[in-house]
Amino acid sequence: MGVLLTKAAQWTTASSGTGKLEFTPMNEFLLKGILCFVEQFNFQHPQEAEHVFEEPLQWITTLVASDFKTDYDISGDVQSQEKDSEGHSLLQLSPPTVCVRSFSQLCKLVHLAGDKKLEEVRACLEENRDPLVKILGPFFANIMERGTVHTQDQAKDSEVKVRLFHLLQNMDKQLLANLLEEISEWLDPTSVKNEVELLKQFCTEGEKKVLKTVRYTSDYEFSNGCRAPLWRQLHGEICYLIIEPYDSEDFYITCSNAGVFLNGVGEQSGYDRTSDVYKDLVTLLKSRSPHFAENINNQVQWNIDRFTVINKKHPYRCPLLLQVVKSTLICSLLFSKDPARAMQVETFSESSSESEEEDEQLERRPENNIDLPAEYWQIQKLVKYLKGGDQTATVLTLCAMMDLNLMQETCQLAIRDVGGLEVLINLLDTDEVKCKIGSLKILRKISNNVQICRTTVEMGGLRCIVKILDSPVKELKALAAETIANIARFRRARRTVRQYDGIKKLVKLLDCVPNLTRLTADQEKDVDVARCGALALWSCSKSTKNKEAIRKAGGIPLLGRLLKSPHENMLIPVVGTLQECASEVSYRIAIQTEGMIKDLVKNLSSDNDELQMHCASAIFKCAEDQETRDLVRKYRGLQPLVLLLGKAENKQLLAAATGAIWKCSISMENVAKLQEYKALEILVGLLSDQPEEVLVNVVGALGEFAQIPANRATIRKYGGIKPLVNLLTGTNQALLVNVTKAVGACATDKDNMAFIDSLDGVRLVWSLLKNPSTDVQSSAAWALCPCIENAKDAGEMVRSLVGGLELIVNLLKSTNNEVLASICAAITKIAKDKENLAVLTDHGVVPLLARLTNTSDDRLRYNLAGAIGHCCMWGSNRVSFGDTGAVAPLVHYLKSKDSAVHKSTAMALYQLSKDPNNCITMHEKGVVKILKCNGQESHIHSHQWLNKYC
Amino acid sequence: MTMSAMSRKLVQTLAETISKQVEHFNKTEVECLIREFKVLLGEPGMGRAVNGLDRVKFRSILHNIFGMTDDMILDGVFRTFDKDNDSFVSMKEWIEGLSVFLRGTLDEKIKYCFHVYDLNNDNYISRDEMFHMLKNSLIRQPTEEDPDEGIKDLVEITLKKMDHDHDGRLSLADFEKAVREENLLLEAFGTCLPDMASIEAFEQCVFQKQL
Repeated sequence: MGVLLTKAAQWTTASSGTGKLEFTPMNEFLLKGILCFVEQFNFQHPQEAEHVFEEPLQWITTLVASDFKTDYDISGDVQSQEKDSEGHSLLQLSPPTVCVRSFSQLCKLVHLAGDKKLEEVRACLEENRDPLVKILGPFFANIMERGTVHTQDQAKDSEVKVRLFHLLQNMDKQLLANLLEEISEWLDPTSVKNEVELLKQFCTEGEKKVLKTVRYTSDYEFSNGCRAPLWRQLHGEICYLIIEPYDSEDFYITCSNAGVFLNGVGEQSGYDRTSDVYKDLVTLLKSRSPHFAENINNQVQWNIDRFTVINKKHPYRCPLLLQVVKSTLICSLLFSKDPARAMQVETFSESSSESEEEDEQLERRPENNIDLPAEYWQIQKLVKYLKGGDQTATVLTLCAMMDLNLMQETCQLAIRDVGGLEVLINLLDTDEVKCKIGSLKILRKISNNVQICRTTVEMGGLRCIVKILDSPVKELKALAAETIANIARFRRARRTVRQYDGIKKLVKLLDCVPNLTRLTADQEKDVDVARCGALALWSCSKSTKNKEAIRKAGGIPLLGRLLKSPHENMLIPVVGTLQECASEVSYRIAIQTEGMIKDLVKNLSSDNDELQMHCASAIFKCAEDQETRDLVRKYRGLQPLVLLLGKAENKQLLAAATGAIWKCSISMENVAKLQEYKALEILVGLLSDQPEEVLVNVVGALGEFAQIPANRATIRKYGGIKPLVNLLTGTNQALLVNVTKAVGACATDKDNMAFIDSLDGVRLVWSLLKNPSTDVQSSAAWALCPCIENAKDAGEMVRSLVGGLELIVNLLKSTNNEVLASICAAITKIAKDKENLAVLTDHGVVPLLARLTNTSDDRLRYNLAGAIGHCCMWGSNRVSFGDTGAVAPLVHYLKSKDSAVHKSTAMALYQLSKDPNNCITMHEKGVVKILKCNGQESHIHSHQWLNKYC
Repeated sequence: MTMSAMSRKLVQTLAETISKQVEHFNKTEVECLIREFKVLLGEPGMGRAVNGLDRVKFRSILHNIFGMTDDMILDGVFRTFDKDNDSFVSMKEWIEGLSVFLRGTLDEKIKYCFHVYDLNNDNYISRDEMFHMLKNSLIRQPTEEDPDEGIKDLVEITLKKMDHDHDGRLSLADFEKAVREENLLLEAFGTCLPDMASIEAFEQCVFQKQL
């Protein structure tokens, strides 16, 4: 069962002994991952679930015979009714030991275990150290190769094994990827990296060489910047180096979070430490290589603080994690001393997370190492002049600095490392306007680097910059705002801006008249200041509290005014801010009432992709509101939105445009208009080969389009049904909610339904009831209703889904009203088939429905009454409803304000009244009086039964 | 009474003429500046006719009103104001100078600054001139072999940035191009223009007093 463990066990056949899994957050996390995998297994991989294990998984369980219900023989030892081809049960319980031989049984067992399921998983893993061997057999790899020589049956068997193997492997990858993320929280490889880069320079510098070579042992860099294998990262190790000095054999060095140390000189002794721990590489080299020590002092004023500063910021956050992982089964396995195994882990993780980390990695790598020395010394010299210069020298030096390649990371970090950042920030606190301008011109560029941003904030630089926003010099204001726009990329910086009243000051910058045809030079400067202010607000608006602060400072009308600007470079930050803030209701209302929709629509037709994207995105967020949707139509925004669908290569733009179309299509008038531009045809074409953020919106829109009957056929005609059904196998919850809704809407067309059924769509929708998200559950249940209603042989179809009805009944235990309402609706449809109603009754639908009757939620009441009404029609269910006290609350429903509730309630009462005892209860509760009070004609048949029975 | 009426009339005529020849000031403002010049020059009843402000007086005015302190630069400013090179800044020269000083366009200011920095008036700013102007701009480190090394380096850095035709000195064209690329270089070799606050204070004081 343990997937990660399965893998882990493979790595560590060497390690032995029966470990216990400690109760640590990390283990809990892994166990939950595994549990989740097992829980879903039956539904997601029914075929693989039936595969019989080579050897049973065996462990001491807390379950007892009485925990097992249907599908098990509980006379004597519990045995499952499900048996293998030779007639042996796949689950056998001889207390306290349980033997399980298939995933389907594991899955069931976990469900039976209820609250104790985590305990069961834990016990199973502790007692089955090689689950993969047990599941797939020791030679599964060989079988995979020799598959063809076996008989047909065996070949099929091994095919399942291969699939099972892949499933387990995938699970492993995911869990390990999560682990990696966890680790990068506390390992900071930057300082080590910088130091190595600098040391490398010392190997190349003509006569002054202090070292022969410096190299990493591994070329592969993980997404967190570390090079040590994953399992060593858990020890806090970052990377390994081989340094060749002039006066000794090679040093094998480990760089870890705690410092650096030798693994050996001349030859490596594994991962063992053979020296003291030094705070950084230079210190280590100084003490170990006299040649280095002698020459390094001549050559550099080494900035040793660098490493220690970084270390101080991370004061051993690792012990917590180490304690977490120490002696856990998994990690004792991970910490294997066998290098070959270690390699496996490394290559394995490599493939799992490579794709996502690639870009980031490229960004991190210094662009060009070769010109570093020249620039490094140059920068150090300039910073010296900054420190010791008067205003004139300072300005000259700042101008010289601007000529450096400030967008290059090596330069940016060098400025920080030689103390330049501090000087630049100090200059902001002086009265010298020119020095401030020069300093900001540099800060604005180097703040492209996140590390610079963080250091700036830590040094209190942001406070100075915010203060400058009040300056009477416009150029200064603009530069300060631009710099803030760069720095406020992380939360702490955004909070700092707000705390120093920066939001208010930035909003003030927006106050200008942007759309005059002729501007004086002075007004032009005002417009530029406003543009920079908008850029800064855009960055800041990523924090919710800042959105509120912008609104309070009166930013919305000012943004609205700037929205009329004819210039793209102004519009992009303005619309960017607006769309960012449109996540808040207050903004959505303001955008509508301040008349901004018109301008947003206008700019949909701009020829700038980014601007179009932000406009579409703003409309996407605002069009939740009916009035806004109507305005988009009124200002002719629908056609440009459809045109944007043509730019399918720009995925961000496509996501925004499809999102806007989705939300707009909630209004049927809009759907009609969109149809004129052939939107449906294009949308169906976007159902495949698109990223999920596009698919969610496309499918959402199709769900709305399909509310109109004619469109349902159109979707089929354009080939939309099949890709929709295919999407039901996905995992993105937002997407699943929309897909089920769209499939449900399509299923209201009989021809569509036949097609969906032939694609096995109903089973797929049904299996989504198992999804952990209540949104997906309810959406799936709603979708089932039209499926059952329109399927040709609905009763048979439902019966063919093994365990399906039990699942439905069990969901009546949900605490979510929407889930309950949807399940009741589905039961209403299912119960129309007598045979299925009988099964529902066997699974105990009656008491569960009765238990829900006390609700005050009208939507649930409506569907619940419907379900009760239909469930009455089997056996003694009427009596049971009476016995379980469902009748009295139902009578109370008639007092609801919702007439739909009255109707379904009346129907239910009519059915219940066929039992005389129920009639008495109703009478006691005053049903006649209430009905007469309501006196609506919708209760025709209720009057009929009144006349008949009372 | 008659004297002051006479003088008023004279001032008005003079202002009329000058305001036609000098940019940026209207007639009333010129009038105010004339009066202010007379005040700065000292009481008229002293007997000897004075040609204008001499170097010492000029320096102390710039120092007191505009907070400019660097003597070498102030000499340059005086030289630039004193167009006819007679060692006095006349009333007209004063007003002409102020028009750039207070309200000059970037073009005018570039020419003005270049002239201030061109110490020997040969239309080039040489290495030596730069060194001369910058020699007190860095803290000298006595530990160093050559305490002027920093300054020399600063001069080279500046030349590298501004000397576009690579002839080892700055022509007006070099200077102009560099300043247009980076406005901060306008006062590259020392403050020779007043800051915004003192301009405002001066204008307010001079122009409003008489209105």
